[in-house]
Amino acid sequence: MTRKTTSYRLKLPSRTDNLETVRKFVADLARKAGFGKEDIHKIELAVDEACTNVIEHAYENAEDQDIDIVVKLGPQKLTVIVTDRGKTFSPGDIETPDMEQYIAELRVGGLGIYLMRTLMDKVQYRSLPDGKNQVKMEKYLEKRS
Amino acid sequence: MSGFEVSRKDMDRVSVVSLKGYLDAHTASDFEDVLQKLVDEDRVRIVVNLRDLHYISSAGLGVFMGFIENVRQREGDIKLAEMSEKVYRVFDLLGFPVLYEIFDSEAEAIQKYQP
Repeated sequence: MTRKTTSYRLKLPSRTDNLETVRKFVADLARKAGFGKEDIHKIELAVDEACTNVIEHAYENAEDQDIDIVVKLGPQKLTVIVTDRGKTFSPGDIETPDMEQYIAELRVGGLGIYLMRTLMDKVQYRSLPDGKNQVKMEKYLEKRS
Repeated sequence: MSGFEVSRKDMDRVSVVSLKGYLDAHTASDFEDVLQKLVDEDRVRIVVNLRDLHYISSAGLGVFMGFIENVRQREGDIKLAEMSEKVYRVFDLLGFPVLYEIFDSEAEAIQKYQP
């Protein structure tokens, strides 16, 4: 069994009509990594949510900025790293919402982050020294017995 | 290549909105426009048929959330029908089944509005 990790990269302008391309890119790689249908859907939705947040919040819907997506396929996990140069996002401010209260208040904005945390095994935000923002998400491949 | 279609069918008391394809941050505004028009026309007894919807993200869910309060204040509702298992899982993750009535068939959802 191979132990190496392979990286794939996609760089696209910050437009919502590119979300379909992003989803196809990660779904194809997740399939290649051996994930089942349900997990592929979770990964594709989490990455869609991450990119939507970049477009709408980090870039405030400016369409001429870059979204950089790197997917790493390792022997036991798939890692997706989404990088932008937009407004810094402070994830510490956003807690996992109390869903009843959330829905009652009809607050829309934080649903994407809640979904990402629910769909993936690990989600981490970082501000890089060069001013970029990065979200790293991991999904583990279940060991097949 | 937006991969999303929304259509509307008006019946006596109820309007049925059918969604097809992929509902995400790019296509959510098309759905929003149709719901807004219904509200403007005071046609607030709405059934959304999700049979041909293959994908929904939080941007799509946000559209449902954005209208439900207004529609219910006017004694209407948004009832959901015929959603696939895949789409249901996303609704379920966000606790939507406690907020919306979900039906196996469009006919059942329409029937619910009959006096």
